[in-house]
Amino acid sequence: MWRNTDDGYGLVAVVLHWLVAVVVVGLFVLGLWMVELTYYDVWYRRSTDIHKGVGFLLFFVVLARLAWRLVNPRPVPEPTHTRLERVAAAVTHVLFYVLLFAVMTAGYLISTADGRAIDVFGLFKVPATIAGLPGQADIAGDVHLALAIALIVLTVIHSLAALKHHFIDRDRTLLRMLGRRTPRPSRSSADSRRGA
Amino acid sequence: MKAMKIKMLPIAIWCLAVAAAIPALATAAVERYVIDTEGGHAFVQFRVKHLAYSWLYGRFNDFSGTFTYDTEDTSNSKVEVTIDTASLDSNHAERDKHLRGKDFLEVDRYPQASFKSTAYKETGFNTSVLEGELTLKGITKPITIEVQRIGNGPDPWGGYRRGYQGSTSFALKDFGIDYNLGPAAREVEMILSIEGVRQ
Repeated sequence: MWRNTDDGYGLVAVVLHWLVAVVVVGLFVLGLWMVELTYYDVWYRRSTDIHKGVGFLLFFVVLARLAWRLVNPRPVPEPTHTRLERVAAAVTHVLFYVLLFAVMTAGYLISTADGRAIDVFGLFKVPATIAGLPGQADIAGDVHLALAIALIVLTVIHSLAALKHHFIDRDRTLLRMLGRRTPRPSRSSADSRRGA
Repeated sequence: MKAMKIKMLPIAIWCLAVAAAIPALATAAVERYVIDTEGGHAFVQFRVKHLAYSWLYGRFNDFSGTFTYDTEDTSNSKVEVTIDTASLDSNHAERDKHLRGKDFLEVDRYPQASFKSTAYKETGFNTSVLEGELTLKGITKPITIEVQRIGNGPDPWGGYRRGYQGSTSFALKDFGIDYNLGPAAREVEMILSIEGVRQ
């Protein structure tokens, strides 16, 4: 139930997937909103504190997800998936991890550009490591935004692909990420399922 | 008599030459100085009220400038300074990023600010008033700087230096900076500590 098997994702992988999805989209919206706030807005400081704190916690969630992925079996691709779809999916997944770590690193480099630590909800502080590079905060800021947009574009493509599999191909791709683990039907049982 | 006059002609010419040289000698009284940014003996600083509760200080780390000082006619003294706006430093990376951005200095579009004096008047033993044009965010407006001469004289390394402190204030809105930092923060004060090395 917790672990992945050949024919489906376990609960841990499913929960981590949707947690990262919600947090990434949430941080993107929060990020775009918070930079437009005015100085006298009560959210002016709180919004950035939340953005930085949640962003840092996300780093560990993504690390945990990657670790979980490495120690669990990878569910076998749906038989309906074409070779192109399998390659595209694999590339997308790698790109997601690369973008996630890159966008978080860029964000970290903005706030720590002058050697200040990042306070995570008053619980602990993340110390600065690379600080004082010329134009660090500005360059890291531009990179952070560009990568965040790229991450969201990839998320949209990923979501459209999932919806295509669900509504057009009518396969189990999306259902599997919702934790559905129906055993792979043989040809005959697939026929009987259609009839049911 | 006639021969005498002819003899005196070279002398007259010599006297005329000397007379013509006097203004040239007078212009030699204009001393040229380079602001000692290389040795870090010059500071372009600003301060703005934070919420009306405290002063926030910042400075521009990169700038360069020259001035002249006319010992014969002090009103003929001139100053020119160019500031690299991206070098703003208020000791907080996130704030500096905001101040360099579109809400404030827009350093991508306006990488330089400059000051060029138009008039200088000594008003006391070590006080003077410097008028000039400040260009900030692409907008040029006249400003008046109250100047105090801190000191001048030889340095221990064979040079000659002259140092001043100037102060002025202006409304940020006058230079197209209209971000609301509260009613107490509409004006910025500039504190200019300048030491020049005579060339």
